[in-house]
Amino acid sequence: MRIHSISLIVNGTEELLQVPSNLTLLHALREKLGFTGTKNGCEAGECGACTVLVDGEPVNSCLVLAVELDGKEITTIEGLSENGQLSPLQQAFADLNAVQCGYCTPGMLMASTALLRRNPDPTELDIQEALVGNLCRCTGYQRIIDAVMKASRNGGAQ
Amino acid sequence: MKISETSVVGKSVIRTDAIDKVTGCAVFVDDIQFGPNLLHSRLVRSPYPHALIKSINTKKAEQLPGVRAIVTGKDLTARLGLYLIDRPIFASDRVRYYGEPVAGVVAITEDIAVEAAKLVEIEYEVLPAVYDPVESAQPGASLLHPDLGSYTVANFIFPEPGTNISENFKIRKGDVESCWPDCTAIAEGQFRLPPIEHVPLETHTSIALSERSGQITLWASSQSPFAMRDMIAQSLGIPHNKLRVIAPMVGGGFGGKAGVTMEACAVVMAQAVEGHPVKLRLTREEEFVGTSVRQSLVSEIKVGCDKAGNLLGMELTYYFGGGAYNDYGVNIARAAGYSCTGPYDVPNVKADSLCVYTNHPVGSAMRGFGMPEIHWGLEQIMDQLAEKIGMDPAEFRLKNCVRTGDEIVSGMKMTPIDLETCINKVMKVIDWEKEEKPTAPNKKRGKGLAIMWKAPAMPPNPGSAAVVRFNEDATVNVEVGGQELGQGAFTIAAQIAAETLGVPYESVTVSSPIDTKYSPYEWQTVASRLTWSMGNAVKAAAGDARTQILETVAAHWDEEVDDLTIKDGLVISFKSEREQPLENMVIYGLPNENFEGWKGGPVIGRGHFMPTYVTNLDPETGQGTRAVVHYTVGAQAIDLEVDLETGQLEVLNIASVYDVGKAINPDLIMTQIEGGAVHGMSSAFEELKFNEGGEVINPSFVDYRISTIADIPRKIHGDYVETPIDDGPWGARGVGEHVMVQTAPAIANALYDAVGIRFSDLPLSADKIYLAIDENTNPGNK
Repeated sequence: MRIHSISLIVNGTEELLQVPSNLTLLHALREKLGFTGTKNGCEAGECGACTVLVDGEPVNSCLVLAVELDGKEITTIEGLSENGQLSPLQQAFADLNAVQCGYCTPGMLMASTALLRRNPDPTELDIQEALVGNLCRCTGYQRIIDAVMKASRNGGAQ
Repeated sequence: MKISETSVVGKSVIRTDAIDKVTGCAVFVDDIQFGPNLLHSRLVRSPYPHALIKSINTKKAEQLPGVRAIVTGKDLTARLGLYLIDRPIFASDRVRYYGEPVAGVVAITEDIAVEAAKLVEIEYEVLPAVYDPVESAQPGASLLHPDLGSYTVANFIFPEPGTNISENFKIRKGDVESCWPDCTAIAEGQFRLPPIEHVPLETHTSIALSERSGQITLWASSQSPFAMRDMIAQSLGIPHNKLRVIAPMVGGGFGGKAGVTMEACAVVMAQAVEGHPVKLRLTREEEFVGTSVRQSLVSEIKVGCDKAGNLLGMELTYYFGGGAYNDYGVNIARAAGYSCTGPYDVPNVKADSLCVYTNHPVGSAMRGFGMPEIHWGLEQIMDQLAEKIGMDPAEFRLKNCVRTGDEIVSGMKMTPIDLETCINKVMKVIDWEKEEKPTAPNKKRGKGLAIMWKAPAMPPNPGSAAVVRFNEDATVNVEVGGQELGQGAFTIAAQIAAETLGVPYESVTVSSPIDTKYSPYEWQTVASRLTWSMGNAVKAAAGDARTQILETVAAHWDEEVDDLTIKDGLVISFKSEREQPLENMVIYGLPNENFEGWKGGPVIGRGHFMPTYVTNLDPETGQGTRAVVHYTVGAQAIDLEVDLETGQLEVLNIASVYDVGKAINPDLIMTQIEGGAVHGMSSAFEELKFNEGGEVINPSFVDYRISTIADIPRKIHGDYVETPIDDGPWGARGVGEHVMVQTAPAIANALYDAVGIRFSDLPLSADKIYLAIDENTNPGNK
């Protein structure tokens, strides 16, 4: 398998890495760079647990190859809070108990962050449409909708 | 001090794990980094549901560069199990379900392990398979376990060697035969549920390391680190102190990570490559194919009542399809047996609750543990009976539901509950009497109600232990062996410790990961038992620490312990109004006068709890003094509509009310009620599907759909009632599983109200509903 030298700008920092052609962004983040906040739920693009932002757009990191993203900006859950300050979405998820086991939470937060950047004042239906690819077995989802609404009223994502 | 005066118990404080989970800091087992020494593995799984293994040839696989070891069941005759030791770690002579592990391959990369797994050559002789539990229970059915009589079994489980019946729990109460002539109405029915999956977002993952010293460490996504250690240690002959299980945060359990699933496979593979950690991470497909399922059930129910609507008798047969191994499932049949009537007062009962081997995946614990299965039929037949005597189903339930002190089906006196208030509350919220208009002309709307009960199902004496340690600055570490699965167990433990100690909630940390080397014992995180059992242990440990502190300060001030208390981290005297901060004194103690010596020292509280009052039941009648510790009850009412052109259901409103004893954290109860309602709703549409060859045909999120954010009810109206029990902390008991138990039958009852058709089999798929409506409106017109 060919090995490629690429650079990814992860949460604002340039990372240089050697990746085989078939390495997905998910595995590059988790195993090469140690960003384990991004979760592996199905490796088939069906559950959304591995959602990250690539140049601001939500992407299932299990479905894209790292080698294709040379030079791109990646934002992971580790990049949402700055200087210990939670983003309004993170704060709302915590305050409203929109978190239970927490395994879907990073993906939910990344997809919600992308939504609020594109639509700072979404309706409940907008939120359902944006998060329909993010599965959660614990919460029943209503708290997640409520948290995104709360964060949007607080001024939307950073 | 009055017991009702609490400062943090009863408050909806923020979860202890919330910040870790929203920042990506929470560590799950797959997140732990092991460095270059780590090896990867893959299981070779059976392609047949029932077959003899004639030969296994691993030569080609071994020759693949990068392969480090291949293990099979050949030299591994030991079995494991919780209540019935019937399950091999790797199949040795026979496979009993599609997907059963037959061999394990260890390699330097996951890709090589996958390739090598394909090269393992196994020759099978296919045997007849049986999937239907009723068929499998009959004499002459193809036997799955000819050696059943030789298996080790708990003394309250009764297998029938020479058959496929692994448990037969009987209730014989009153005289059911003589009650039928007195009945004005009798309803009879057969109800079926298919196997369904737990579907946690985190798949089962384990890493095992066998060191040259003989020490074995197992990192696992587990609800049951201690039970896992016990089962694997017993099976493999490892001393308990040489097997260490470390269980970090669990990404969803729902019962699927209770006991042992595939973790023993990782240990056996690690033993073949000493010194290397071996990771076994199930793919999503394997999670669907190769982990435990909620058992299938066929229930046959006959129930009768008099003219006034009083229940007179019930006759029940439950056939649980336990799958290939029933090591855990036998106790589901038992639990379904001693609670077989549902939450009703019935004087005459005859019941047989059977767990039956079938060639399906292993049936095991899933949220509700037998109760969603039996309530599916029970709660529909109660509606049918009420209709026969012309009584409103809610009124019928209010008349017959179980009340505190009633002698219930197992002969025990009902523990304190208030089911009537639960029913009245859901009726009010859903506006029970009011007929709602459909939102479109092609839709029909209906309302349905269902009630439930459930007791923690477990051995009579499962224990909990806790340790409370102070730090110099008077912050506190609470150590428990119970697990945080998302239900909020750590938050409850922190609240109980803070309340008992008189320190701020924020100063309490619950130690994670659970580590059998350091954590105090906990049987398992199952049965909705932690708030109650672990809560009691934490309260005892914190009480022990509190006593140590007060004794030191009382001696220091020359006062009586009874005159002192701790509030906001200060010891205060009601008598002298003196104050002593906990800071430093909880480690360094206090000096005597003029520093002539010291008192006290590092404060460590210990506590445990174990129920001591559960009694045996008569094997022929199922009667005894106390079958279980207590029951939790609840009611749900559902308002839905169905699209007549597509058969699609939409749940509009769910009212869901449970009697929790005491709400330690009210909002966490609401999160369980909401999540459970959606889980319960989703379960009504789920089915693990098999083709004729026994192969799972829907092992992905696309083909096995769980509810998405677009599918949820428009509104979930949750509420709770507080009727305290005498053996829980502040009267509290569990509610985590109960919240989905009766959702599916409540939906079925509402669907009947909408379209006048009874659906006795799950799932409630749109095509099934559409075809039934079509047949109903145009009989014979296909």
